[in-house]
Amino acid sequence: MEIFLQQLVNGVVLGSIYALVALGYTLVYGIMGLINFAHGDVVMIGAMVTLTVARLLSNSGLPGPLIVLLGLLAAVPTCMATGYLIERIAYRPLRNAPRLAPLITAIGVSILLQNLAMMIWGREYLSFPQIIPSHAFSFFGASISTTQSIIVIGSGVMMVCLSFLVKKTKLGNAMRATSQNPEVATLMGVEVNTVISLTFILGSALAAIAGMMVSAYYGIAHYDMGFMLGLKAFTAAVLGGIGNIEGAVLGGLLLGIIESMGAGYLGTLTGGVMGSNYQDVFAFFVLILVLVLRPSGLLGERVGERP
Amino acid sequence: MLLEIENVSKHFGGLAALTDVSLSIMKGEIYALIGPNGAGKTTLFNVITGIYRPDSGNFRLEGMEMAGKKPSMMAKSGISRTFQNIRLFSNMTAMENVMVGRHCRTKSGLLGAIFGSRETRSEEKSVREKARHLLDYVGIEQHAQRLAKNLSYGDQRRLEIARALATEPRLLALDEPAAGMNHSETDSLRNLLETIRRDGTTLLLIEHDVKLVMGLCDRLSVLHFGKKIAEGTPSEIAGNPQVVEAYLGAP
Repeated sequence: MEIFLQQLVNGVVLGSIYALVALGYTLVYGIMGLINFAHGDVVMIGAMVTLTVARLLSNSGLPGPLIVLLGLLAAVPTCMATGYLIERIAYRPLRNAPRLAPLITAIGVSILLQNLAMMIWGREYLSFPQIIPSHAFSFFGASISTTQSIIVIGSGVMMVCLSFLVKKTKLGNAMRATSQNPEVATLMGVEVNTVISLTFILGSALAAIAGMMVSAYYGIAHYDMGFMLGLKAFTAAVLGGIGNIEGAVLGGLLLGIIESMGAGYLGTLTGGVMGSNYQDVFAFFVLILVLVLRPSGLLGERVGERP
Repeated sequence: MLLEIENVSKHFGGLAALTDVSLSIMKGEIYALIGPNGAGKTTLFNVITGIYRPDSGNFRLEGMEMAGKKPSMMAKSGISRTFQNIRLFSNMTAMENVMVGRHCRTKSGLLGAIFGSRETRSEEKSVREKARHLLDYVGIEQHAQRLAKNLSYGDQRRLEIARALATEPRLLALDEPAAGMNHSETDSLRNLLETIRRDGTTLLLIEHDVKLVMGLCDRLSVLHFGKKIAEGTPSEIAGNPQVVEAYLGAP
């Protein structure tokens, strides 16, 4: 039971991060039907920038949480600019091209970002300085650290804000109108290009926050960390129903829990033949199951309805 | 003179969709375009709403050059339209559809929406009130919170009109507003269009329902293979032998 609870806690924390990244995939897919495979690498850039700032300031005597916050303040604008440039340079010229073209381009952009990061930060694993005091408190026998609770609460707040933005504001209205019929939205005076740019900027800001969380939580960052994280978050978005905001959150949390439960119990179940290093298998097993059994995802309803 | 169209031509490959079409619409009138299918009526609509750029010729709205303007500027300049095949934002509520139409008339930037400034909030409130008023105006206020795709066909057409009116057009262009409507729906549509005109909006409509057109409009043009073959009041048109042959059918 204690293992179960502990893995549940770990799963929710991991799932919150997946959900935050999955929102970036789902926002862009929802508005223009594009799977932005470079999104995971934007998360990596967020992690790298936060980590760099943390390393620079680690001996400054400033309190740890403040340093992380400063790192975030540097990461968010960097990622927003990256997201804006990706859309402007790589995707906008292909707006009316067949859908395969932007998809391939997205993979290209992903490789480009990884290589740029390798040139800037090197190919070694970079460790996050020990600046965050770690208190753990007990919850029915499971231990939860302050970092973990901040991750869960922080992601939750971001998700509620995003949901409000999309459902209740003028920008959200314009985003949904653009997603359903860009041509008519234009005729109603919506600047579709601006709306799409803002969608990328918004998704990238969430990616920066996720990157900060990942690097601080795991204490490590690497130039190709965005690849696997991106694939997992993409899986989460598909699991929940890509294009659907609640779906991304649900898919992220579910995937996080499935993974950490799997990692926790796999060793016992297989008599030690397979250990927790098989954790990654679960995400892709889930992806295959969803694609076979319910391609529209748990909360998705409209598939192939786009004109 | 509200809208002056001067020698507009539009070709698609070898097909001349519009050839030297000129017409002018006066402020406050209801003007109709009729003609057989493929005569170029919808092409002309697409030109004056900026979807197509004319190959030659130009058009002015109250003296302002419009040819070549971006579609997103057309609504702001005062031309708004509905579509032959209804094109609503089907997964948004009726209310939200109309609110999108207010977009070009609200000032607060998109960034203001993110930070929720006070002006943004008060503006959003007035947008909401205006949208509700427009739904009431076209007679579907009771459906404000339903998704557009769940409205009846006639109500969807009314919602499209409400959304177009939300942009505060000087010229409202309606592409076959009565298509698919039954008699009583057509009658109440006629009342709505007359109310809109009385309240100061000029109307341009494409319509196949000859009875509706003849009873409603002040003047009309007949297009045939991309050319204007006649223009005049309904009674002049009904007596024009060329029109009768091309479109109305010989008696």
